[in-house]
Amino acid sequence: MTPWGRAITALRLAELDPDGLGGIMLHAHSGPVRDAFLAQLPATLRRLHPGMGQDALTGGIDVAGSLAEGTLVRQRGTLDTANTTFVLGMAERTPPLMANAIATLLDQRRANIIIALDEHTEDEPPPPATLTDRIAFHVTLADQGLHDIEPVAQYGAPLPVNSVKVPDTVTETLVALAVTLGISSMRAPFLALTASRAHAALSGRECVTEDDVAVAAELVLAPRATQVPDLTEPDAEPPAPEPQSEATEPTNPSDPQLPDDILLAAIQTALPPDLLSRTGTNPNKNSAGSGAGQRRIGNRRGRPLPSRDTGVRGSDARVDLVATLRAAIPWQPLRKAAQSGRTGPIIHPTDLRYKRYEDLSDRLLIFAVDASGSAALARLAEAKGAVELLLAEAYARRDHVALISFRGNNAETLLPPTRSLVQTKRRLAELPGGGGTPLASGLQAGLETALAASRKGLSPVLVLLTDGRSNVALDGSANRQQAAADAETLARQIAHHRIDSIVIDTGKRPEPALRTLALSLRGQYTSLPRADAQALAKTVSATLDPS
Amino acid sequence: MKPPFPFSAIVGQTEMKQAMLLTAIDPSIGGVLVFGDRGTGKSTAVRALAALLPPINAVKACPVNSASLSDCPAWANVTDNATHTIPTPVIDLPLGASEDRVTGALDIEKALTKGEKAFQPGLLAAANRGYLYIDEVNLLEDHIVDLLLDVAQSGENVIEREGLSIRHAARFVLVGSGNPEEGELRPQLLDRFGLSVDVASPTDIDERVEVIKRRDAFENDNAAFMLRWQAEDAALRDQILKARKTLTKLKTPESSLRDVAELCIKLGSDGLRGELTLLKAARAYAALRDDTALTRAHIRDVAPMALRHRLRRDPLDEAGSGTRVVRMVEDVLG
Repeated sequence: MTPWGRAITALRLAELDPDGLGGIMLHAHSGPVRDAFLAQLPATLRRLHPGMGQDALTGGIDVAGSLAEGTLVRQRGTLDTANTTFVLGMAERTPPLMANAIATLLDQRRANIIIALDEHTEDEPPPPATLTDRIAFHVTLADQGLHDIEPVAQYGAPLPVNSVKVPDTVTETLVALAVTLGISSMRAPFLALTASRAHAALSGRECVTEDDVAVAAELVLAPRATQVPDLTEPDAEPPAPEPQSEATEPTNPSDPQLPDDILLAAIQTALPPDLLSRTGTNPNKNSAGSGAGQRRIGNRRGRPLPSRDTGVRGSDARVDLVATLRAAIPWQPLRKAAQSGRTGPIIHPTDLRYKRYEDLSDRLLIFAVDASGSAALARLAEAKGAVELLLAEAYARRDHVALISFRGNNAETLLPPTRSLVQTKRRLAELPGGGGTPLASGLQAGLETALAASRKGLSPVLVLLTDGRSNVALDGSANRQQAAADAETLARQIAHHRIDSIVIDTGKRPEPALRTLALSLRGQYTSLPRADAQALAKTVSATLDPS
Repeated sequence: MKPPFPFSAIVGQTEMKQAMLLTAIDPSIGGVLVFGDRGTGKSTAVRALAALLPPINAVKACPVNSASLSDCPAWANVTDNATHTIPTPVIDLPLGASEDRVTGALDIEKALTKGEKAFQPGLLAAANRGYLYIDEVNLLEDHIVDLLLDVAQSGENVIEREGLSIRHAARFVLVGSGNPEEGELRPQLLDRFGLSVDVASPTDIDERVEVIKRRDAFENDNAAFMLRWQAEDAALRDQILKARKTLTKLKTPESSLRDVAELCIKLGSDGLRGELTLLKAARAYAALRDDTALTRAHIRDVAPMALRHRLRRDPLDEAGSGTRVVRMVEDVLG
């Protein structure tokens, strides 16, 4: 099947059995192909976007309406419907709370379909796993052009889905396939089973056949694969089906013998190209919660502050009722006189006082570790020990951490922002030393990570551990002068973006160039000529917590 | 809406099911925390438990499901003594719930229209005498966690806000589920959960096939499937009721108390809550098995789920604390 064909088939199946399949996770960038696909959806679709507030999603009190009516007017949430197709734009930016609300909607099984439009690029995390796990079909139309659009296949009247029979071998094959492809969630094989049943119903077959299973495997299992099946040894693949099919259903002539290598071949065509680069790391290990980062004043969450009548006032700002009533009371005799018919307090919009909250955003500690030859000679092991101590502290504060190392002629992001300290520690332990000191590359990688993190609402702090002898320029050439100039430029950029930074000099004796660099970074400089890891950790804690 | 998936039809996940049954026998154990991968049946088990639990008697007009008129809070102004039988409440706490919704707040409608100061009960009131379920508990906002900590501890919800000063009973079993990859849980909240279980996807192909088959039968052949499992659920319900009776008569020998204390000291768990929970869980477990006295075997079986989350955790330890508990149990209890 072509990607376009997959998308259309997935849509037809989801429409046939919305409760069982949930919808489609469509990875595509905005453009004519995506528009052509969206044109296939019913006109009654409702749109969701990641910025929608909880009130808009699940319903709440309509403040303006309530005031006008004099009684409580509730507004229905967008999600409070049945038989509706929802289109979720920018699904990769869905906040956890919203993902949770949508997952609840899917679990309620009220014949709603979610079409999640995922536009994430390589350096961004995919949509929340809460959604990807529940939504059956994952289809990509990312590299498709207008010429790839085919006429939409027509199907006859479908059979009722639950009248379709599923031979036991089908269940066994799908489970075995899921295991082969390294999919641990039990939802995946079940969604595949539901999809194959729906496909049989759509094609007017009363029993699920090999074709249906192939389609289901291609649409549901393949995109979830975390390991590539080895096609050269088809015998060693799914071990279960052959002996069991003979044992359990010997008399059923319509029982299809499913050749697994054909299924695997079908899957192979649909495997995402970057599969191998994805395995081993879970790109979705970011999370929400509150932490020790910067203060943000908002009107939805966090610790309460005194209410105000001015300031941020979104549609989902919450009214502080007591303060509002207090503001309205002095005016009551006057207003009652003007509107004699009304009972109860008369409140005008000018009386409204809104709640404000103070929320602490999560902090991200970016460790940029110099692993060059000179540093390795000096104290790479000590720097590693210090990072480990800081990690333990990060755990206590529930900070996120990221790890960047620079050596040779470039920098490498060893670990994207995560809270998994075990992983961080493992990567750190594997970090080898040697080569030149591309300080500028390290700073650049740190800056990029920091910017990506602050776009997601984290407060980044860059912790630079180096001995400061920058000798490799940004372009990889071993030009000492250029290298220093590049590092200087990047340091200014980081300062310009107001990213907090700490420079820890790990050299044998304090390096004046590093002090200058810290000045350009507008960050703290710490030189620890004879420090042990403990002292290093203490310095960083003290810098982070001036109190 | 469809009835939930039957509890007895859940394949495998023995430890999780057992932990939930123990809290059904003795709610004072204090809740279950289920941590594990996606799609391992965490939510399914909680919903199934709701259907399995024996119904309770509650005063009809009471907002906090009180058993008798004298238990009703004064602010509710309940005068009618009529009671009705309701299923054990299992209340979902959605992640996005506001503080007002959780604790209850000033009744805006009454305040706006009549100028009256009245209290509108929240989720904590509805969960009294039942279960409070939080999916993805590790993503819960800190300020909501703060509220829960206090209430889960005292069994009483105290509201001091918006000019209200009100309190009501809020004794519930806290059930949380989550995926550890997405973030850790604060140690204070961890401690409030009596039992903690880790679940994983089954690794055995046959077991996985069975899971899918049952789920498929549940979705597509619902009537027959429910009929098939109703009897087993009923038997389990009777077992819970019987165990609740057995529990009151269960003997606890002195030696068991020493075993429990020694185990907790060796493991270095903080505070005494570990001991108390382990003892309660072991007693409930003995009652579930219809034994007359507490023995070492009972303690050994429930020790991992009662203690695993109470150890001082080394954030960089990869093995997890479950194995440490098991090793220590072998050392102490032989």
